[in-house]
Amino acid sequence: MEVSILPKYELKESEVKIVEEIVSKYKGKKGSLIPVLREIQENIGFLPVDVQKKVAKELNLPEKEVYGVATFYSLFSMIPRGKNNIRVCLGTACYVKGGKKIVEKIEKELNISPGQTTPDRKFSLNVDRCFGCCGIAPVIMINGKVFQRVDPEKVMELVYENEK
Amino acid sequence: MSKEDPSRNKYRVNENENENTVEIYINEKPYLASPTKTILQVALENNILIPHLCYDPRLKPQGACRLCLVEVEGMPEAVPSCLTKVSDGMKVTTNSSHINELVRLNLELIISDHPLDCMTCESCGNCTLQDLAYMYDIKETRYKGRIHHKKVLDDNPFIYRDNEKCILCGRCIRMCDDVVGASAIGYAKRGFESEVVPAFDQPLTETDCVFCGNCISTCPVGALQPKPYMKKARTWETTMVKTTCPYCGVGCQINLHIKDGKIVNVSSDIGKNVNEGNLCVKGRFGFDFVLSPQRLAYPLVKNAHGEFEKVSWDTAIEIVSTRLEEIKQKYGPDSIGILSSAKCTNEENYLMSKFARAVIGTNNIDHCARLCHASTITGLIPTFGSGAMTNSVEDIKYADVAIIIGSNTTEAHPVIGYEIIKCVNYHGLKLIVIDPRDIPITKHATLHLRHYPGTDVAVLLGIMNIIYQENLHDKDFIAERTEDFDKLIPCFSSYTPQKVQEVSGVNEKDLITAARLYGRAKNALIFYSMGITQHTCGTDNVTAIANLAMMTGNVGRKGAGVNPLRGQNNVQGACDVGALPNVYTGYQSVEDDSIREKFEKRWRNKLPEKSGLTVTEMINEAKNGKIKALYIMGENPMLSDPDILHVAQALKNLEFLVVQDIFLTETGEFADVILPGACFAEKNGTFTNTERRIQRVRKALEPPGEAKEDWQIICMLSKAMGYPMDYKEVSEIMDEIAELTPIYGGVSYRRLENSSLQWPCKSYDDPGTKILHQKSFSCGKGKFIPVDYKPPAEVPDREYPFILTTGRILYQYHTRTMTGKVEGLNILAPMATVHINSEDASKLGIKDKQKVTLETRRGSINATALVNPRIKKGVLFIPFHYADSPANKLTNPALDPKAKIPEFKVCAAKIKPAL
Ligand code: SF4
Ligand code: SF4
Ligand code: SF4
Ligand code: FES
Ligand code: FES
Repeated sequence: MEVSILPKYELKESEVKIVEEIVSKYKGKKGSLIPVLREIQENIGFLPVDVQKKVAKELNLPEKEVYGVATFYSLFSMIPRGKNNIRVCLGTACYVKGGKKIVEKIEKELNISPGQTTPDRKFSLNVDRCFGCCGIAPVIMINGKVFQRVDPEKVMELVYENEK
Repeated sequence: MSKEDPSRNKYRVNENENENTVEIYINEKPYLASPTKTILQVALENNILIPHLCYDPRLKPQGACRLCLVEVEGMPEAVPSCLTKVSDGMKVTTNSSHINELVRLNLELIISDHPLDCMTCESCGNCTLQDLAYMYDIKETRYKGRIHHKKVLDDNPFIYRDNEKCILCGRCIRMCDDVVGASAIGYAKRGFESEVVPAFDQPLTETDCVFCGNCISTCPVGALQPKPYMKKARTWETTMVKTTCPYCGVGCQINLHIKDGKIVNVSSDIGKNVNEGNLCVKGRFGFDFVLSPQRLAYPLVKNAHGEFEKVSWDTAIEIVSTRLEEIKQKYGPDSIGILSSAKCTNEENYLMSKFARAVIGTNNIDHCARLCHASTITGLIPTFGSGAMTNSVEDIKYADVAIIIGSNTTEAHPVIGYEIIKCVNYHGLKLIVIDPRDIPITKHATLHLRHYPGTDVAVLLGIMNIIYQENLHDKDFIAERTEDFDKLIPCFSSYTPQKVQEVSGVNEKDLITAARLYGRAKNALIFYSMGITQHTCGTDNVTAIANLAMMTGNVGRKGAGVNPLRGQNNVQGACDVGALPNVYTGYQSVEDDSIREKFEKRWRNKLPEKSGLTVTEMINEAKNGKIKALYIMGENPMLSDPDILHVAQALKNLEFLVVQDIFLTETGEFADVILPGACFAEKNGTFTNTERRIQRVRKALEPPGEAKEDWQIICMLSKAMGYPMDYKEVSEIMDEIAELTPIYGGVSYRRLENSSLQWPCKSYDDPGTKILHQKSFSCGKGKFIPVDYKPPAEVPDREYPFILTTGRILYQYHTRTMTGKVEGLNILAPMATVHINSEDASKLGIKDKQKVTLETRRGSINATALVNPRIKKGVLFIPFHYADSPANKLTNPALDPKAKIPEFKVCAAKIKPAL
């Protein structure tokens, strides 16, 4: 994860409120860094930079310490899950049949790399090894629904049609 | 109260830490050692090599690299020697085949994912990993690790980090956390991905990094590099010259690495000297000025059109000597004034004093110490008998409590600041900061008392009162070592916590906590600086500090004393060798007949009997027409004195002005003749640091063009005026100082070659003095002197509602003649800023980074607003370094009646958005 190139994710007002409540609950209590981060992660699904800065300030810790913990545990993520989850198969069959091109097309269109989420938090992109339906390759999954024999040129239409 | 009270803190560090009381065997040979040390320390002291990568003598050992393993008889497994203390009879083996195999294994693991590009690595020849691989003959490793592809982080002016080379030893992180206190970097991610980065991988400029480069100095490999010095030279192509940092009074020892007449790197010996190898940003990176094309390289004379013209040394010296001689004949010697320099060496200041007194025949010699620490002298001489720092920096670790009052230590004396932070982290030191601003070191304080500028005496009297009421004063010390305590009691007894809160804004409870902490400490130190001295009540402030220390018995021991931090590199030395109007070297009075006779005999001339004028008085008398000529060496009163319009008028009024400096300064513009001097890197001599430590300055480069060392210029001038001074080398000047000066009596270049000496050092077998006033005060008994709180000369009113205070910032120095030429420093601190509280700012409609106009009764300047919630409401702060926003156009020249020091620290001001 290259943090310095992550997009800036804006929090919704309701989320800002949640963060504030959690932080103020722990303010001034020693040793509460991990519980605070956990509660925030559970409630808003990720730990954006601004939230980490706020936690550092309120708990009176150096920012680098918060960042160190946030990146150490796999439980924590700095990238939110998008509203829509796109998974592209890159198993051998799909790869050969144009899976790679599908990924490139989506990357270009949404301007994110696999593992990332768009700044408006609408779409996340992930790649996978074999969905177990190689016969209908190349395959993608949008919000849990499988699409077969996908044409790389038309993949975005598929995405927008099935957007939540 | 007796010192055995269980509520008192125990000594944090064993005072006898260096006593060798146990015997241990290393590889069957016996060694004497101190039980406070680890096996690794004892081995290294005795030149026995134990490989180590995560140990640095400046840091607490961590035991991470597992290279320092040794066998100890009776222990089942090999132990890390950096974590194991020695004990009597211990038998250690460092070189068994088992140990060698373990070390090899660990080394191979480390090297397995380290890029092997030593050929182009900046650290080639200066890398512990490379040395160890060589020693253990590791060419290839049995473990084929993946090599990382990690980032280079260098979007800042000074620190280059290549994480591919990082072996994750954690030394840089511990340095930054524990010693520098900046906590700018840390581990992030985990496993194979793990690396050391600033928070959120952002540039260091976005963190609290202070660019000290101490992380670079501890890195055992090539992962961290000093960016400005990269690609300049290979380690073995340079020659190294040991010398003293020219910036502040800490006097850090530095090594200038020279190649082809250029400074290509700066380092410092780890674990040695006052700074133990730590430096600050100026002492590591602040040297672009040395080779600046703007350096003065030839003598200049102002021609009829008011332009400077290049002349030969002969002409310049002839003009200066004849003009000074004429003025002396016409108006008398006291019509001439001399400003000597706290930037120049002891030898040069001594010669300047000799020149003033024996050649010109006047005691009108002074330097800018007046503007910083004259009140230290007028406050500490009557109470203690000596105006210098009572303790040494290495002493801080013995203290339980330290008060910092009126000193922004980490910015003005950074390396002492780092030492204090380290003692807080490693030795349980409790820190009390008394300062109107939320200065960086308050992060490490147990308690921060934020008072209004100028109310220090009230706060100190309040603390004394609580200590007395709670019976925490040291009655034995008061009875045996001091006099007049009874006169002190009435002056503090009315300062109840409530009253102090009203006057100073300091919360009652905090005041009581502070008083108890200090009063109960077994050993306590006080540090202060210009926030105390630069007031009309500067002498009273210092006296109050002395009183507080004496009533609690906190003087004259390791970790207990009063420590004025001197600003410029050699302000202590310039005072010591007599660049002052009332004393010769070693504070010997010019008005004492027998002393004057001693100097007359040695200097072969009649000497003036009355004390001369101070800097401020000389400027006043120049304006009044009594001073006709000034000879100014290395000072810039146009920027550093209070009320610079007044200074400009005074300089214009002179018949003759000579300025000797390394750059054409604002003051130089007014000169008739300019003499080009050499900078610290181009001369031999000594500086005396703030802890009275005399240290060598060594020549590493030739001065530019025809510029000359300042002592040589004085000698030339003196000879032209009929008083030859024939010194072949500077060491002869020091011998003369030693001969005339009891406190420098034992100082010689031979003794200074490999070490330093702290005065008083009275004879050649006197080791010098680390702590003053140990058995008795310099003046016999310490004397309590009553002081009362007086408000500052100018207080806020309806028209000027703010309190304006001035000071230093880390990235610039004095009037910026030197730091202004360092590119990286100007990037970090390009312009003058006014710090203003966020509430005040929003009331006035001032936004962060907006241009504002700042006005006082004396004038107005423009600057950029820095809106900050942490500065106290009603207070404005401005650094004094910038010529285009000269703070001293605003400050109040009102003087302390005794010390004649101007009130830089407080005046009334108003602020508004600039038009
Ligand atoms: S330069 Fe100093 S403050 Fe900055 S990261 Fe290194 S040690 Fe920390
Ligand atoms: S950068 Fe250097 S000092 Fe810091 S962890 Fe890496 S190897 Fe150690
Ligand atoms: S602390 Fe002072 S003496 Fe030491 S490096 Fe910095 S400026 Fe130089
Ligand atoms: S390779 Fe894509 S489904 Fe098997
Ligand atoms: S030096 Fe002892 S474990 Fe690294």
